[in-house]
Formats: sequence, structure tokens, C-alpha cells
Amino acid sequence: MSTELAIETTGLVKVFGENRAVDGIDLAVPTGTVYGVLGPNGAGKTTAVRMLATLLRPDGGTARVFGKDVVKDADAVRSRVSLTGQYASVDEDLTGSENLILLGRLLGHSKPAARDRADQLLDGFGLSDAAGRQVKNYSGGMRRRIDIAASILNTPDVLFLDEPTTGLDPRSRNQVWDIVRAVVAHGTTVLLTTQYLDEADQLASRIAVIDHGRVIAEGTKGELKASVGAGTVHVRLREAGQRAEAQKVLALALNTDVQTEADPVALTARMEGQSSDRGAAEQAGRALAELARCGITVDNFSLGQPSLDEVFLALTDKKGVAA
Amino acid sequence: MSTATDRTDLEDVVLAEPDRERLSALLVGQDRPPRPSALSASLTFGWRAMLKIKHVPEQLFDVTAFPIMLVLMYTYLFGGALAGSTEEYIQFLLPGIMVMSVVMITMYTGVAVNTDIAKGVFDRFRTLPIWRPAPMVGYLLGDVLRYLLASFVMLTVGMIIGFRPDGGVLGVLAGIALLVVFSFAFSWIWTMFGLMLRSEKSVMGVSMMVIFPLTFLSNVFVDPKTMPGWLQAFVNNSPVTHLATAVRELMAGEWPAADIAWTLGWAGVFLVVFGVVTMRLYNRK
Repeated sequence: MSTELAIETTGLVKVFGENRAVDGIDLAVPTGTVYGVLGPNGAGKTTAVRMLATLLRPDGGTARVFGKDVVKDADAVRSRVSLTGQYASVDEDLTGSENLILLGRLLGHSKPAARDRADQLLDGFGLSDAAGRQVKNYSGGMRRRIDIAASILNTPDVLFLDEPTTGLDPRSRNQVWDIVRAVVAHGTTVLLTTQYLDEADQLASRIAVIDHGRVIAEGTKGELKASVGAGTVHVRLREAGQRAEAQKVLALALNTDVQTEADPVALTARMEGQSSDRGAAEQAGRALAELARCGITVDNFSLGQPSLDEVFLALTDKKGVAA
Repeated sequence: MSTATDRTDLEDVVLAEPDRERLSALLVGQDRPPRPSALSASLTFGWRAMLKIKHVPEQLFDVTAFPIMLVLMYTYLFGGALAGSTEEYIQFLLPGIMVMSVVMITMYTGVAVNTDIAKGVFDRFRTLPIWRPAPMVGYLLGDVLRYLLASFVMLTVGMIIGFRPDGGVLGVLAGIALLVVFSFAFSWIWTMFGLMLRSEKSVMGVSMMVIFPLTFLSNVFVDPKTMPGWLQAFVNNSPVTHLATAVRELMAGEWPAADIAWTLGWAGVFLVVFGVVTMRLYNRK
């Protein structure tokens, strides 16, 4: 069962004038999982999602949702997918409740059924108190919620979430994550685009990294992290005079290059080739002990996850070497 | 409590957290109803247009104040010179000016489509498994209500300043019905431009270019007999002239079969040609 593909694209292409926004993307998304599409602004994430959601016609390649072609069988695809776009896909002039009743009617519910469903959704999403207010007066977090509520009015088989937490405060972001987890637990396949590595990390089981309209890396979270190194060690020393010695000790203990920062007491090292966080932490711990043994006083020490910047630098570096 | 906290009262801070258990309950055990019929989907979009009027009533300005202004302006400006008196002239002018105003008002459809399509909500409509033209038809159903409102506002103003139609209630209603049918079909030009052009301003610009010559070069204000031959040729064959003649005679209690047929014929052509182009653009957007 789980081997059936919810979404499958081969050589998907979309060209806007001179710009190849999507330049040959292959994706295979297993049913019932959260698939993360990670990339910076302008990487082609939104364009790819819009093609999958039947909003844009591909200029090349094919895209299928549950085996149905998004161009030839668009109506069959539409009956099984929902899209929550980067900008709220609800009518700002209408109230939250009117929006959901409108959609309920358009999805074929009778008037009373649409009203009931709207009430249930507003209640479940904690929006009952705002039901009678126009959506244009909603806060960012509320908009996202009403938007996702609209997307699951009929529980979809595939839910496209295009940067669902961009611009949200941490609290609203956590709420959106909870909602996504609930939706997936029900069996819906979610395709999530994001610029944030930790978001993909929290939710997605597989991740494709996209840049300039191409997939530059694809795999499980573990695979992806292993390919870009386990993270970065930041060290602040008490004495600037000990930095040169500390650099040597760290380079030896971590078996990697150690960079000096503009701050005269700071050092940074990117950890390479670790397959799990625990390995990296152990290695960093040993390095710390080694510094203490050599009589170097450390004021501050941290081990950070690779940031998206680092993922990209690492991935594009690798591509450069391979080419 | 500080004032800062009070100010956030309207934000989601006061709202309940989404409840995970209730959320899960929302997702299970629901059956998917069959897709709605074309009529039902279109009427639902019509209901959306009603709701928008309810929330933004000032958008009715162009179907109330603007037509009143046109009736009064042209009656008192031309009345004395063209027909000897304003009472005489209003009998001739009112059906025509009604046609002109309502046909002019149709162009706001294009502006509405253009501003709406740029918003995220259209993405949702376009991913729904419904009859594809339903959102467009829904707009126009809302607009039909606007056309009716404009017609009755003008009729009322006309009656106050002396319009006395011989066709009685039935004749007047028949005239308005024909006008609304034509305007519904004619509006598809604007849905097309609304989808085709990039900004609201360009939609307005193009609309003016089409609507001014089309409505003024007609028999709305004067009998075309005094016009030069080449202009008569255009005016006598313009859909607006056929429509104005048909409405005028219906309201006067006659049955202008030829002009009604011409009007409906033009309406059919507009609907088929621009409806098809609109839907092609809508699907390709």
C-alpha cells in the first residue's frame, strides 16, 4: 500500500519568458507522508506546486497525482487535492464563516450541511470567536488557520502547503505544525514547501532541495544531513592570545578546518561526514575536553544544526566539484 | 494589565488554540458529496457577489448616483434644444439613457474580475472540481442585480421629472428585461479583458475606448436622420441602436419584433464569442 505514489513528476518544466522557473524536476512522493520541498525564494517551489495543483500548465515533462495526469485529467486531480497558497486563498471581503459555507456549497454540500461543517471547522481551529469577522481583519496566524480549514473542508487525499508558516510568529507556527501533523495522521499526503530547514525537519519524512528550478539533493532527513555535515561548532575563548593554539587543537580533535572570526576570541568549525547528531555531539564534547586539557579557557561553546545557508553552500559546492 | 495587552485583544491571542482532538475528529468519517450542478455552482458564486455587496455597499454608487446624474444632466442639457421642452425630450431620452447607462456599467465587471483574479482566493476556486465557467457566471449574476437596480433608479427619477410610458408596467418591465439580457451577454467582453489585461487601469482604459463610441454613436440622444451617411450606416447597425429602439418601443407599448430579434442575435454572438475566449483565458491563466 505505502509503495503507491501520491505524486510523481518526470522532467517537469515551466518557462516564463527567459526564465526557466522549473527546469526538469523529478519527484516521487509516497502516499501518506509529508514530503518537504526546501529552497530559497525564487527556486521554483511555488511554480512546481501550482503545476501539481492544476493552476499552471507544464511546458514540458509530466506530473501525475494518484496516477492522474494534471493536464489531461485535471478534474479528477482537482477532486482529490487542496492547495493552501503563500497568500491566503480565501475571500478577504467575506467573514470566516461565509468563506467556509461558500466552499462547502461549491463542494456539493447542502446548505445546512455546509453551515454545520463550517461551524465544526471554526470550532476545531479555534476561530469561533472570529467567525463573523471579515477575513481582512484577521491576524496572520488566523488567516493561515482559516485557509487550512478551507483546504480540509473535504479531507483531501493530497494537501499542498506552500510556505505555510512564512511570516508567522513562533506560536502560530507551532499551531500550524500541529494541524499538519493531525492531517497526516489521518492519512492525507502533504507536499510542503518551505524556506526553513527546521520546518522540513519537524514535519517531513523525505526532503527535496530545489535551487534554480532543479532538484539538487533528495533523501530522508538523515541522508540529507549526513551529506551536508552534522553542524557547526562555535567557540568563544576567554583570552584572544590563546586562539592560534585553540585553532590547532580543535582542528585535530574535530578533524576539520577551523575558521577564525572577526571577533578576536571566536572560532567556528563545520563538522563533516557525521551520520547522526549524537556522533557530532560526542566529537564536539571530546574537543571541548581537549581544549580544557591544554589549559585553554572556553567562555562559550555551542553546536548548531546546519542552517539552510550551510546546506546550500555545501550542496552547491559539491555540485561544483562534481561538474 | 497594560494597554499593550488590551490592544492585542482583537488579535488571535484571545482565541482558543486549535484543539488537536477536535481537529482529528474533523478529518474522519465524512463522506464526499457529489459535485454540484453547473447551476448550483453558479448560483453559489452569485451568492458570493451578494455577500460582497453586503460587506462593501459603497460599490453600489455607480449603479445609483451615476445613472441619476446622467438622466438629469442630459434631460436638462438637451431637452429644450432638441425637443422643445424637457417633458417632451424625457419621453424619447429615458429608455435610451437607461440603455446607455446600464451598458456603461457593465464595464465594472472587467475591473472586478481583474482585481479579484490577482488575489489568492481565485487559486482556490480554480482548484475546485466544479463547472469551469461558474465563477464568471456568478459574477454576472451579481451584476444582473446591479443592472436591475440601476434601471429602477433611473425609471424612478424619470417618472419624477415627467416620463410617462404608454406601454404601462408590462411594457416597461419587458424593456428592462431585454436590457438586462443584452447586458449579461455583453459583459463577457469585460470578463475577457479583465483576464487578459495586466492592471485595473488598463482595463478601465480599454473599456472607455470601447464603450464611449459604442454608446454615443447610437440613437440614444437623437434621431440618426441628420447624421452624415457613413455615420448613419454605423449607427443604424449598432447593437446599442437596436437595443435602444427595442426598449423605447416596448416601453411605448409597441412590439418591435425586428429590433428585439437583432438585439437577441447580437447578445447571442457576444455570449458565444467572448464567453469562449473568456473561458480559454481562465483555463490558461
